[in-house]
Formats: sequence, structure tokens, C-alpha cells
Amino acid sequence: MKTILDYRSYLDEKKVTSEELFNESISKAHMYQEKYNSFVTILDEYNHKESDSLINGIPYSLKDNFSTKGILTTASSNILKDYVPVYSATAYKKLQDAGGILVGKTVLDELAMGGTSTTGATGSVKNPWDQNRLIGGSSGGSCAAVALGIVPFALGSDTGDSIRKPASFGGVVGFKPTYGRISRYGLFAFASSLDHVGCFTRCVKDAAIVTDILKGHDERDMTSLPDENINYTDMLDNDIKGKKLFYIKEITDPELYKDAGAITLEVLDKFKEAIEKCKKIGFIVEEVSIDEKLLKAIYPAYMTISCAEATSNNSNLTGIPFGPRGEGNNINEIMFDARTKGFSEFIKRRFILGSYILLKENQERLFKNAQRLRHMIVDKINSLFDIYDGMILPAGGGIAPTFDEEIDRLSDRYLILENHLAIGNFGGYPSITIPSGFVKDMPIAINITGPQFKDGEVLNIANKIEEELGYKGLIKEEYDV
Amino acid sequence: MYKVVIGLEVHCEMKTNSKNFSSAKNTYSEYPNEFVDTTDLGLPGILPVANKYAFENSIKMALALNCKVPDVVMFDRKNYYYPDLPKGYQITQDTKPVGRDGYVMINVNGEDIKIGIDNIHLEEDTASMDHFSTYSLIDYNRAGVPLLETVTTPCMHSVEEALTFLETLKGIFLYTGVSEARVDRGQMRCDVNVNLQNEEGKYITPKVEMKNINSFNNVKMAIESEVKRQIDCLENGRSNELIQETRHFDEESMTTKSARAKADAVDYKYYIEPNIPPIKIEDSWVEEIKKSIPMLQFDRVVKYMSNYELSRYDSEIIVKDKNVSDYFEETIKLGVNPKSSANWITTMILGYLNKNDLKITDISFKPNDLVELINMVDHGEISSKQSKQVFEKCLTDNKSPKKIVKELGMTQITDDKTIRDIVVKLLDEYPNLIEDHRKGKNTFDYFVGQVMKQTKGQANPVITKNIINEEMEKR
Repeated sequence: MKTILDYRSYLDEKKVTSEELFNESISKAHMYQEKYNSFVTILDEYNHKESDSLINGIPYSLKDNFSTKGILTTASSNILKDYVPVYSATAYKKLQDAGGILVGKTVLDELAMGGTSTTGATGSVKNPWDQNRLIGGSSGGSCAAVALGIVPFALGSDTGDSIRKPASFGGVVGFKPTYGRISRYGLFAFASSLDHVGCFTRCVKDAAIVTDILKGHDERDMTSLPDENINYTDMLDNDIKGKKLFYIKEITDPELYKDAGAITLEVLDKFKEAIEKCKKIGFIVEEVSIDEKLLKAIYPAYMTISCAEATSNNSNLTGIPFGPRGEGNNINEIMFDARTKGFSEFIKRRFILGSYILLKENQERLFKNAQRLRHMIVDKINSLFDIYDGMILPAGGGIAPTFDEEIDRLSDRYLILENHLAIGNFGGYPSITIPSGFVKDMPIAINITGPQFKDGEVLNIANKIEEELGYKGLIKEEYDV
Repeated sequence: MYKVVIGLEVHCEMKTNSKNFSSAKNTYSEYPNEFVDTTDLGLPGILPVANKYAFENSIKMALALNCKVPDVVMFDRKNYYYPDLPKGYQITQDTKPVGRDGYVMINVNGEDIKIGIDNIHLEEDTASMDHFSTYSLIDYNRAGVPLLETVTTPCMHSVEEALTFLETLKGIFLYTGVSEARVDRGQMRCDVNVNLQNEEGKYITPKVEMKNINSFNNVKMAIESEVKRQIDCLENGRSNELIQETRHFDEESMTTKSARAKADAVDYKYYIEPNIPPIKIEDSWVEEIKKSIPMLQFDRVVKYMSNYELSRYDSEIIVKDKNVSDYFEETIKLGVNPKSSANWITTMILGYLNKNDLKITDISFKPNDLVELINMVDHGEISSKQSKQVFEKCLTDNKSPKKIVKELGMTQITDDKTIRDIVVKLLDEYPNLIEDHRKGKNTFDYFVGQVMKQTKGQANPVITKNIINEEMEKR
């Protein structure tokens, strides 16, 4: 399966032109579109700005919640179904300036809220490894586009696990760096304090290459971090002997999942195998115990904070300055109508929750308590990062669910196992998911999360584990068309 | 007897190059939607970038109002839906505003009164809207303009106090340069809270808020009509009409009308703005800003009255415009008598400026010119009558007083010998008139007139009179 560096050498050796690569990408995109539905928009115009970067001339795609000047950007919501931005997101600009070739805009859960990629206005994204299964979300289209080999890399956004969870279901690498490492300017806001820009790639090295291009201070994003003159790609082969990793007993102990199905037990089993491989190449890996109550609070705290911020962030969608104008006898009716027609029931439910959470009489009990929990969790993880270089965990408790499977993320059994990736958003930690094998012919993955600002170190650890596990550049032999 | 209690919330647009959170220009425009960028329209994906200059000036204003400035300032979101608010929330300060617990001194009828400032916070203005019968128009020029809101404690007890406070506040905005405070352009707008206390200071009517009053005169009218209404309700058994509510002041009828009861109050769901990290305020920064605040009107009046013995009336006229006040102080630095300078400024200079609709910075007649002119009079080089002529000529010809005096050949003859020679010659010529003088006939003025005639009016009258007296007595 081709990586960015493979494409690079084909281009440099003039075996192929970038326009040929673009045409190949869009023809694949069209070919797979009906079956897998990765794209909202597939471009038809080749647009290349020469540069000497590693991605010069290489096709990529963007989640459809990055503002792209002159190119339809819907966030997979009806309220933005005809919205063509007048400005471009910083991340998009940087990729264009680096010579990347945009192939298309990918499907997401409506307004990036959701973990299934089944709620977008243009339909569900299907898992390339099994069409009866979902790809996860919310950045499902970008994940599928990489997994299908349409593009070697794609951008997504990650508020709870929206890059790292689908990556685990799609057999690709999903990375989100430290909060602020990549500018959010032009990324449609979901929950600003948790939103991250990140990427899907076929190997850790590609994730480092893309992040090296995207990172840096942006005067348009006050939360963006100052520049540091570090090249993550150069750190990938650093020696990791003696580096310390931990995993959490309350998430990974098979004793806790006695009644669980065979798949979960197999996932945990494979995780233990991966741990042994890590030790083999020189990592020190230890089990730590964290109060289960704290871990159980992750998902409710995440939902509380994200719904509250989402309600406010999406208050601009009224159909007044842009978007479809509603009908009514007065301004309230007009805005009410636009929002009633523009959002799916699922989104309205989140907005109502968010609104309720932010009410003056509820803020202390709901919003502020959720923030306190967030801080308690981050404090705990930070104290572990004082001792350890990283946290290693299974990305989830199973394989990609089928479309008719009931996904109950609040069921007690899987509450922690399925939702712990939000720790990475709470603390703004660099966090990467890499494929770690198969269960029932479906990919599974592990996640490595490290201390804030230690993006290069996390990529270095992930790169070494990837080498040992041997699941780099996964591909399913034959995709159904 | 009732005691009126008034609290004010004053919104003032700041003078900056760009808007508070975007790079669009902050300027007055006749044309709608001329100065708008993506942030002002609340387009998806935009982020606010706080305007450093506006932020610094908000601290300046907080310090000028004697507020406590916190170690860390934070921005919050105020959430509500209205088409003039494109993001669906306003970025403001609620948790840690730039200033809290300050005060402003005002003077009402010679009495110093301390007006409490609850807080001052930096926020952004909304778009402006024009409503027509079947449609409304939105102008986003104003959307995102930096706005400073000053909230007083409920501490004012008369219309006069409220208006004096507003004038004083406006003066502080002008003195610090934080705002142009043009009420006529809607740059200063007011929410007014009014209720009544009994003689023991107990509230006997609920608080009524009147929002968005756009002129000082309307503030006066709104307070007066609302006080009248509350008293009327109290005294005529209609206390049930007195509820805590927002009332709208209607300019045409000069009355207030119920707009929204407290029970229907909007919950603004304030929470901390996640896109602007808390801003640390270092002591050294505060000190630096403090240094940039000039002495304000109230203190200048005190200084002029006690140090220069000016009247309150003259002092207040001088401090009204900072440039005039600075002009005055400049002349004093040059060593002139403060009273003479004040007289000149309040009568001749301000008179001239008013007549010609000019500002003091527009004229070529600078403080050193005024000092030169005053000194010439004091030294008897020209008469005070001449000085007025010189002043006007200075302004029309853009020349210094000395030059004008020279050009007009106005310099007085003060030299004893020159005048004495003329007098002696005159007396020699008219011995009979000296005789008449001794007999009681007034021929003295004739001699004075003759000296003036021969010197073309340039002889100093006082010296001339003395010499004539002396010489007559010798004979």
C-alpha cells in the first residue's frame, strides 16, 4: 500500500505526474463513492501550487468541516448544504502551499457530532473492510478515503475520538497532536476547548510528515502554540530503550469483562500480545490503577462539555447572514424555522442538552462539575506522565460495529473501554492510533498518548511499535465496487 | 418623601484602528457593510483575535476609574439569538472583567460626590438594524466594534447627579483618548436603572431598567418620567403595576412602556470564551499604562481653584476640552500670571474659537504667543485695548504678537526722557494754560492729548500723566 514517500519517489523518478495521481485519485473516488460514500464533494479540477515539500504533487482529502474558499463545505448538515466559504482554513492553506492536491471533501457525522459517520446529510460511510459495518466517526469519510487507497492522507478533526476511533476501525493511522499545535482557524467549531485538527495516514512516518507541514503558530488562532524548531519526522528513529509506558488496569483487565463477548476478550488478548512486543524492543511497560469512578466520568463529562460548547458554537447557523433562509412572521420564527429544517433530530437533541447544561441554574451542577471532572482526570494523567513517557491502551473494545448493531456507549460494561480516548482531548495530549492486528478479519488498533507538547516523542514511540507489530500500510486485497 | 435611586450602565465605543476581534476597520461610515470581515459575519470556522490596543485602553479606562485590575483578565460568551449578533453570542467579560470596585468623583453644585463603579468590561458591539414595515436591514459595520461598558453602583439620587456623572465619564474618555464619545453618532449609549427608597433608605419600588437610551437629554427625560410614574403608582393605589421589569423609553411620548418582565428575562448562559486564553496582567504593564493617563478634569479643577485661585466656573470652562486645559497649563509653565491667562483663554480665545467654529489646536496662536502678549501689556508696552487688536491681527495674519505690534508701530513710548522733552516743550509754549490750570480750569487733559498727538498715541499714558504733573509743579 502506497505511502506519501512512495508517491514521492514515483514523482521524483518521473514515473508519474501529479496530475496523473490526481486523476487516479478522483477516478477511484468516483468508483468507490456509491458503495462507501466517503465524499460529499469530489473535485474535478486539478489545482497544484509547486513547492519543495515532501507532499508536493500528492493528492489528499479534507473532512468537509474545513473552510475551503470557493469549494462547497457542508459539514454534512442540511443547514449548510449550499454553503461555499469565502475564506480558507489555515490547515488547508498550508497543505495547498506545500503542493498538496485536494481531491475532495469527505463525509462526517453532521457538524462532526457523533461517532458513527451515519448521521451526515448525504448518508452513511461504509467500512472498506466490511460494507455491513460502519467506519466510525465523526471523520469517517476521511478515514475511508485513506483506507480505500484513494489518497495517502486526509485531514480530520478530533473532539472526543473522531480521528482515532475511526482509524482503529479502518486499519489506518490516526493522529491528533497537542492542542494548539495545528491552527483551528477555519475548522468549523464543535467544542472549541476539545477540538483538534489531525490526520489519517497509512503509517506513522506519514503522520509525522503531514504534522510537520501543518504545525506552527497562527496569528488567527490565539490558542495556537508558538513555533518550535523541531522536525517530528527526524525524531522517528530515536532510540526508545528504557522509555516507560503504562496501561490502565481498569480498562484492560480481562477479569472485568467476564460476561463480554469473545471479540472483546480477543481484543484484550491481542493488546497483551502487543505489550509483550513493546517490552521485547526495549520499552518498560507497567500496569497502573486509576479510580474507576474517575474513568467512568470521562464519557458523561465529555458529553456535558461538548454539548454545551456545541450549542454556543453553532448559534451562528440561523439562516440570516448565510445558509437557507427560514420562513415566518417575525425574526424568531424565521430563525426557528431555519434551524428546525436544517438540523437532524440527533443534533437538536445535543443542542437542547447543551442549552440545558448552560442554563444559569444548571451550570454549577452540570457544566462546572463536568469541567472539574475534566481537570481531575487531566491532573491524574499528568501525574502519571511525570513518571511515564506515554500511555498505551486498546483503541476500543471491539471491531467496527455492524449498522444494525445497537451501540450503547453508556452501557456499563463498555463505558470506559469505548470512551477513554477523550482523555487525549481533555488534556490536549498528542495521541495516535495505529493498527495492531485483526479480529474476525477486521482491523483493531492500539492508541498511544503522551504528555502535552511531546508530539515528536509520541510519534517516535508509535513508529517503533509500528515497526515491531508489522501492520503498516494495511490493505484489504480486494475492495467491493 | 421619596429618595430616587439611579444606576447607570454606559456603553461606549472605543477609538481603535480595527475591531475588537477581527482585522476589519473600526471607523464611522455612511455606507452600510463597508467594513466587515469573516469574523464579523460569524462565518463557520472563524476565531476571535483580541485587539491588543483595545485591551490596553480598556485597562487604561479601568485605572482612570480607580478600579482594581485583576491579575488575569478573561473573556466570556453571552449567548442569545438576534440577527444583529451574527455569531449567536457576544464576546464580553463576566468572570474577570478588566476592572471592578472603582469610583469617579463628580461635582454637583460645588459639592464633591463619589460615584461607585461596580465594574468595567470590554466587549464587542452588535450590528445595527433598520426596521421597516415588511423587512429589516442589517449593517455589520458596527458588528465587533470594541465597546467598553461601565456599570455604576445604584448610588445616584438625582437627574443632575446622573447627568454630571455622564459628562464626567465622557470627559474621562476624551482625556484618556479611549473614545471619541460622540453621543450624536451613538458612540455612547446608556441603560438606566431607577427605583425609589423611603426616608430610611429602604427600597419601596422594584428596580426598573430602561435600555439603550441614546442621548443625555433622553436619560434625563427617562428618569423624570419613570420617577413620576413610580410615585404615581405608589400614591394612587396602583402598586401592583410596580414590578421588576425592563421598560422602553419612548422618545415621542416621553414616557416609559413595559417591555419585558423579569420572569421573562433572558438567560444569557454566560461561560468562558474558549478561544481566547486568559490574559495575564503584569504589574509593570499596569504601571506603564498608568503613566499614560493624564491628570483628569476633576483633579484639574481642584488644582486650578487651590493653586491658581481661579473660580470654579472658569476652571470648569478651561478643563472642558483637554487641549484647552493643556494650553492653559503650558502658559503657566512659561511663567505667566494664571489669572491673566485664564481670563484671556475664557474670553478672547474661546470666544474666537466659538465664533469661527474652530478648535484650539487649529489656531496658530500658541501658548508662547499668549504669554508674549500678556507680558507686553503687563510691562506697559501696549495698552490692554491695543492688545485685543493685536490678538485678532495675530490670528488673521498668523504672526506673533511682537511682530504685529512692530508692524502696526504700536510700541509704547515709556522712555522718561523722550516724553519729558515733549512735555517741557509744550509747557514752554503754553504758559497761559498752566496759569488756567492753577486757577482750577482743567487744562491737564489738553496736555495729555497733545503728547498723544505728537507721539501718535504711543506714549504710555500713565508715565505721561506723571511727567506732566511733575513738570507743572516745577513751574
